[in-house]
Amino acid sequence: MKIVVCLKRVPDVAEAEVKVKEDGSGIIEDRLTFDINEPDSYALEESLLIKERVGGEVVLLSLGDEKVEEALRMGLAKGADDAVRISDPGFTTLDGLATGFVLARAVEKVGYDLILTGCMATDLGQAVVGPVIARVLNIPYASLVTEIKLEDGKATVTRELEGGLLEMNQVKLPALFTIQTGINEPRYASMLGIKRASKREIKVFNKEDLGISDLKVESEILRFFIPPVTKHAEIIKGPPDEIATRLAQIIKEKGVL
Amino acid sequence: MDFDLNEEQRMLQDTVRKFANDVLRPKAPEIDQSGEFPCDTIKKMAELGLMGIVVPEEFGGAGFDFLSLAVAIEEISKACATTGVIVAVNNSLVAYPILTFGNDEQKKKYLPSLASAEKIGAFALTEPNAGSDPAGMEAIARKEGDYYVLNGAKRFITNAGEAGIFIVFALTDKEKKHKGISAFIVERDFPGFSLGKHEDLMGIRATANCELNFDDCKVPKENLLGEEGQGFKIAMHTLDVSRIDIGAQAVGVAQAAIDEAVRYAKERTQFGKKISEFEFIQGMLAEAATMTDAARLLVYRSAFLKDKGVERFTREAAMAKYFASEAAIYASRIAVQVHGGYGYTKDYLVERLYRDAKIMEIYEGTSEIQKIVIARQLLR
Repeated sequence: MKIVVCLKRVPDVAEAEVKVKEDGSGIIEDRLTFDINEPDSYALEESLLIKERVGGEVVLLSLGDEKVEEALRMGLAKGADDAVRISDPGFTTLDGLATGFVLARAVEKVGYDLILTGCMATDLGQAVVGPVIARVLNIPYASLVTEIKLEDGKATVTRELEGGLLEMNQVKLPALFTIQTGINEPRYASMLGIKRASKREIKVFNKEDLGISDLKVESEILRFFIPPVTKHAEIIKGPPDEIATRLAQIIKEKGVL
Repeated sequence: MDFDLNEEQRMLQDTVRKFANDVLRPKAPEIDQSGEFPCDTIKKMAELGLMGIVVPEEFGGAGFDFLSLAVAIEEISKACATTGVIVAVNNSLVAYPILTFGNDEQKKKYLPSLASAEKIGAFALTEPNAGSDPAGMEAIARKEGDYYVLNGAKRFITNAGEAGIFIVFALTDKEKKHKGISAFIVERDFPGFSLGKHEDLMGIRATANCELNFDDCKVPKENLLGEEGQGFKIAMHTLDVSRIDIGAQAVGVAQAAIDEAVRYAKERTQFGKKISEFEFIQGMLAEAATMTDAARLLVYRSAFLKDKGVERFTREAAMAKYFASEAAIYASRIAVQVHGGYGYTKDYLVERLYRDAKIMEIYEGTSEIQKIVIARQLLR
């Protein structure tokens, strides 16, 4: 079983104070930490669990500059067998559609039985790359997957729907699944794994390697901004006990209690 | 000159930081209260390779350098200082002297079980009447045939309650004073060995700190570490290395205190504005941050010297340990001060940090002893 996992390196914006550049072209990154996109780390873990169950090989792909190599090496440290970075001067401002197209070409080049991605990237949240790869390769896909069982060239996958509803599907392999967080418990890399991975060479594929000449980028980000605070919103700040007291007071004033 | 960690060290730092945040931080208040040794987390850490970071791969360890060990201990201690010292003792006070002074049989027999934490290590130098003056020890080892017979007591021994392998120092020749001290590898089940009182500590409370008693304890002669009379040298050399890690532990605590103080200062309002806007608060934070950064550089420098293969870095390790422990005390004290009355309660982390920090200017050589060591190097 050859499993390809696509990883994205993203800024950790969940806990941090995010500030936008003055011209709105992006967020200020110098004080943010970067890591493997959280849903992708579940996809990586799932690939390692499948490899441990049925054998095979896990190959990691990531599109970006040298900085993504640390994310790829972390994946190797956890137990992936190979990693490829996709990089080209022409790949720096791709939208979700073009990214999916480039990754599909790379997946094709390394070969695959199963492709796993995170269900979305926590920075831009488009949830489009996985489905595009499946479309380009013309293979079936399932999104928001919370369980995978493999048998006789088929996968039985469970998808998580709104309202606590689950949907079970049978999908013929090769297929692509986008993985929902919580499907497993991602492992920590072992120190020995880190030691070995840090010495690994990471292959790089560029435009020519992938035979791409006609890449179209048809959408672009205009600007980022923080919504202005309106009169209707009151931001309560302070220690938890003071916040709680103020909240209770408001709820009482509005007659909810 | 390069102030950056290499990729391998950054990956280790990143992984340890995540593990510490996910696993150690939530458990720290609980073990602080109960004083119960964190057996489960130590097992998990051994699986990741953290109990034998500097143990070579051939002996079941991860084979990292001492700077990596310091980086790991800082990250662990930022979340839980108790766990920080457990890891430091296992790596640098027990595995390291066996690796450096042990023979092949001793290395093969003991290093893999230390790295896997199947047996945890403890270092027994201090006695009830010999702390800063280890040469004044009373424990005696008498050679009888194929054994050394140990008698005496050791006190304030970190990890002791849960340890399986002890490096024990005792006099083999009383007349020669410190040159008559020898080091032994003692297993927990050797006859005549027993645990005494479990210490109810002020901070780092879950370190299984116990007294050890040796009552005609029979230690096989092949468990002599190094040569007879080499014990004092082994102890001093080992302490040079482990002081790097106590420095790293102190930097972790100091950094945790600063992080907490900064967060609280930005939240807390008095006199109609955030207390972070007051210059007294800013001054305290700036001083603590400067001391902590300086301490970190001293710790990194001594680890760097060790990794470079410099024979003696006694002065640099003493400076790192002395200055970092003072930084931990200062940063945790101002962190409590910034929190005001809340900081004096167990509801806030800074209360524990202040208690944890105090031991760092006492154990593995008090700040006063470090100053004597530094001055001696200056004046010789």
